[in-house]
Amino acid sequence: MVAVLTRIFGVQNLALAEDVVQDAFCRALEVWRMRGMPDNPAAWLMTTAKNCALDALRRERTARTFEPELSRFLQSEWTLAPAVEELFSPNAIKDDLLRMMFSCCHPRLKEEAQVALMLNILCGFSVDEVAGAFVSSHAAIEKRIARSKKVLASSKKLFDVGAAAEFSQRLPAVQRALYLLFNEGYHGASPETAVRADVCREAMRLTAVLLEHIAGRTPSTYALAALMALHAARLPARVDAAGNLQPLIDQDRSQWDAQLIAEGQRLLDLSASGPELSEYHVEAAIAWVHATAHRAEETNWAEIVKLYDMLIEIRPSPVVALNRAIALAQRDGAHRGLDEIRAIAGAEALAKYPFYHAALGELELRSGRQETARSHFEAAVGCARNPMERRFLQQRVHSCKGSPQSESA
Amino acid sequence: MSEFLYLYRGGERDSSPEQAQQTMQKWMKWLTDLGQKGHVKDQGQPLERTGKLVQGSKKTVTDGPFAEAKDVVGGYTLIEARDLDQAVDLSKGCPIFEFGGAVEVRPVMKLSM
Repeated sequence: MVAVLTRIFGVQNLALAEDVVQDAFCRALEVWRMRGMPDNPAAWLMTTAKNCALDALRRERTARTFEPELSRFLQSEWTLAPAVEELFSPNAIKDDLLRMMFSCCHPRLKEEAQVALMLNILCGFSVDEVAGAFVSSHAAIEKRIARSKKVLASSKKLFDVGAAAEFSQRLPAVQRALYLLFNEGYHGASPETAVRADVCREAMRLTAVLLEHIAGRTPSTYALAALMALHAARLPARVDAAGNLQPLIDQDRSQWDAQLIAEGQRLLDLSASGPELSEYHVEAAIAWVHATAHRAEETNWAEIVKLYDMLIEIRPSPVVALNRAIALAQRDGAHRGLDEIRAIAGAEALAKYPFYHAALGELELRSGRQETARSHFEAAVGCARNPMERRFLQQRVHSCKGSPQSESA
Repeated sequence: MSEFLYLYRGGERDSSPEQAQQTMQKWMKWLTDLGQKGHVKDQGQPLERTGKLVQGSKKTVTDGPFAEAKDVVGGYTLIEARDLDQAVDLSKGCPIFEFGGAVEVRPVMKLSM
């Protein structure tokens, strides 16, 4: 909604757009309290927003300048209402989302600022919710978002998605932001829950909008969408009925979403048209190998190691190296994995990452060194970012004390 | 290029909201087409049918409507055209004719100093 309204008012009036949305919500709540929820709240809200927009346009007509190419239509009552009507049509809304997505990925903004801005403007997350998703304080996120909005507003004009050269130039930044957004939901460091399915869904929705655009429909966008679908397919099994985090190996695979896996496979096929091999291709391929193994023992670890080797070439990072080491341990045994983990360059960056210590603990445990394993798991508990992670890691600590059989507890 | 004022006179108003919306779409399309050809100087505004009339040296105020319904000015647009003939020609696409109305085409007077 903010995206549509910003298109109408112009990016310099971003705050006005947000006020109008706020206004529409307040009006809706007032009426609903009196008369009860309407049958179609979303449509009702859209209509209310449309009317609020008309009011604001009439009120501010003389005081402000709106989006330059539209202002002619917005100045005159002859065309004001039909123009706004058209801007609220489903197709126009999709264009607005896209325009806003690209505008949020302004080169003057850092990646985390872009993601925060997307969550706030495009997904309608409040400052508190964004702060929750980023494990950051309300004040820090508020400042980050306010500063980013100022950058956005000073750009005077929303990104022109029709300009082919700029579009493909900024596309990687948009893909990256969507990827981070999805990750934030999937591995996120949210203090209450380990998995924010709503954030994942938003990332998938925005990626789908990108796929509908002719220039956005690149092999790497398909790969990104495939990656999201294949990971999302595992979401139902990632947390068990008791709210405990389940590692991939122990997940009840019958709970995986077969439809999403099929969708991921379809998208992955579509991504394989052309010479481009992006990090999203490789990550999607890894997710696909996991998703198609009906039992953990059937996992093709050799293939996964090969894919991680490729990923390290394309985008080297300590986390990728860690995952590669875990895959190596699965293929060749715990000692091999431990050697690899110890050899990771830049492991300091992982010192606060709970699953770095957990991986060390797991492999030590498998090698029969209970004591060492326990101290690693204890270090992992110390890094846990939410109660779910803490509970999960605590269990691993306990499993070290008893006999090796209790490992699966 | 010279300027001309279109005064929209008469024409029935729509009875239902759906009709009103359709009519608005027609006006939108017409004015957009004219605008794209570079003829619209100012889209102007539609006007309510009622109002007040102030007249005479005593500035008597009376209620509108001021004339017979078919003559009431319902709105205006300022356009640019080569000459009166072209301005008249351009006006023929106006949706008001479907509703029994008329377009009065008036050249803007150029005052020489």
